[in-house]
Amino acid sequence: MIELQNVNRSFTVGDQKVLALRDINLRLGDGEYLSIMGPSGSGKSTMLNLLGLLDRPSTGDYLLDGGNVTELSDEQQARVRSEKIGFVFQSFHLVPRLSAEQNIELPMMLAGIPVDERKQRVAKLIDSYGLNDRADHRPDQLSGGQRQRVAIARATVMNPAVLLADEPTGNLDSTTGWEVLRLLEQLTERGITLVIVTHDAEIGARAQRQIHMLDGRIVSDEARSNATS
Amino acid sequence: MRLADTLQFAFGSLRGSPARTLLMILAMSIGVAAVVILTALGEGARRYVINQFSSLGTNLVIVLPGRTETAGIGPGMLIGQVPREITLEDAQALLRSTAIKRIAVLTIGSASLSLDALNREVVVLGSTHDLLDVRHMSMGVGSFLPSGDIHDTASVCVLGKKIKQELFGNMQAVGAWVRLGDRRFRVIGVMASQGESMGFNTDEIVTIPVASAHQLFNTSGLFRILIEARGRDYVEQAKHDAETILFQRHNGEKDVTVITQDAVLGTFDRILTALTMAVGGIASISLAVAGVLIMNVMLIAVAQRVKEIGLLKALGAPPKQIRTIFFAEAALLSSIGSVAGLVLGYAGSMLIGYLYPTLPVSPPWWAVIAACGTALVTGILFSVWPARRAAKLDAVTALAGR
Repeated sequence: MIELQNVNRSFTVGDQKVLALRDINLRLGDGEYLSIMGPSGSGKSTMLNLLGLLDRPSTGDYLLDGGNVTELSDEQQARVRSEKIGFVFQSFHLVPRLSAEQNIELPMMLAGIPVDERKQRVAKLIDSYGLNDRADHRPDQLSGGQRQRVAIARATVMNPAVLLADEPTGNLDSTTGWEVLRLLEQLTERGITLVIVTHDAEIGARAQRQIHMLDGRIVSDEARSNATS
Repeated sequence: MRLADTLQFAFGSLRGSPARTLLMILAMSIGVAAVVILTALGEGARRYVINQFSSLGTNLVIVLPGRTETAGIGPGMLIGQVPREITLEDAQALLRSTAIKRIAVLTIGSASLSLDALNREVVVLGSTHDLLDVRHMSMGVGSFLPSGDIHDTASVCVLGKKIKQELFGNMQAVGAWVRLGDRRFRVIGVMASQGESMGFNTDEIVTIPVASAHQLFNTSGLFRILIEARGRDYVEQAKHDAETILFQRHNGEKDVTVITQDAVLGTFDRILTALTMAVGGIASISLAVAGVLIMNVMLIAVAQRVKEIGLLKALGAPPKQIRTIFFAEAALLSSIGSVAGLVLGYAGSMLIGYLYPTLPVSPPWWAVIAACGTALVTGILFSVWPARRAAKLDAVTALAGR
């Protein structure tokens, strides 16, 4: 359960104040599948960073699972990120010197989970994402699709409530892109809230709920037009 | 994050850029090795001097003619007067003190020593029988100077080991006659080899009775009187007695210098310890330089790994954890550098010890601890700034790699 209340975010560029987000109000239920679309500079990335607690709103409140996370300290926000939020990036952001396995293990290592449990959970994910023969390969030995699957495994290994994906298919060819997308969509069936930021209308159209942004405002918020459910 | 994981992660990132890591370890280890080797040399010099002094004998008090005044030039110097010399009678008078166990007088000069056609210049020591015990010397063959009247001008001599070899080779020396200056002396003994001590190589010295030496060199003064006190507790009293006796015999003039072996030893000990510490301090500057290098390279590492730091933040690493990771890297670098430096330092010390066997080179324990401690502390201290900088990075910009 995510709620943004009257959120504004402004940056000072030079001596000019730029409003990246204006008066955003948004409610997202558990397991919802949301796409945020809009041209570059429309504020969709800022919105994602706010949702991921990487950025703070200038004014307004952010409630996550009923608690106000806006006022938390850096340390507390880091904890919330660790426990509730998963990120998938356009450029994967895998640590180049670590193997696929170790990359997936990283969030659990940071959270201080015991080694035995880490190994178990990694093995399970490696298996379910079909990375068995790639587990000890470093990122530069993996294909784009494999890299993004490792990244998704890493984002889900802590069983987050929310998964935030910033152009997850942007660096992939279309076939692999669709595969990755289907993988992400399957996660919503397990109750994970999925938020995808994209400027590709075709990808955005697959989400149950679609938001269009322009100049920091939500200009449209609609359910999927050809909804089957 | 667990400690083992932190260390493993830090180790992994160090291994990720081997050239950078190796250079930093090299810098650290050179610093530590410099401290270890230089202090080892200083300590070696200290021990060398102290060994030399100790080998002179035990509980020694030394009397030398003349007196160094710190109050300026004495009247004697202005009118060209030489200090009154110490005579054999002065020496014998010292034995009246109960604190003095025995004395050995020394007169020194050089003369040409010849056997048939073989001829060389030698240092000639005029002394008495007691020198053997006072100086802890030992005989090889034959006997030392006869005990008895100090004024006896017997024509006997004792050869140093090396001189015996040069003149006689493997032939029997005891009983043979040699010529020393314009007199003939009978060889009554050969010293055992004992090497150098305080600039005297006893292996290259010819010892004759002190009265014979006075005749040979046409003098009557003594170069030194070595006094052995009855025991350690009597050293000060022996010194005091010697001063009093000579003061009285020299018509109330303090014209001799009496020093104790302990005082000399203590002075050398202090000077050389200070020297060792100074040298160690200078060497530790290189450790500080290594620390600055670590800071520099850490800052570059932070800049290079901006994306990784952003990622760690996104994955839920609080600022404190990111600082810890960088501290761990610095600590690992410093400790690996220290260990490498210790190995290098000890190897260097052993090499010096091998090249100069007379110098007892060994790094003092305090220098080793100080070097490693300084390395660790500078390493971690100089990583504070880079680590804070990493922890303060804005996650959004870091992830964007800007």
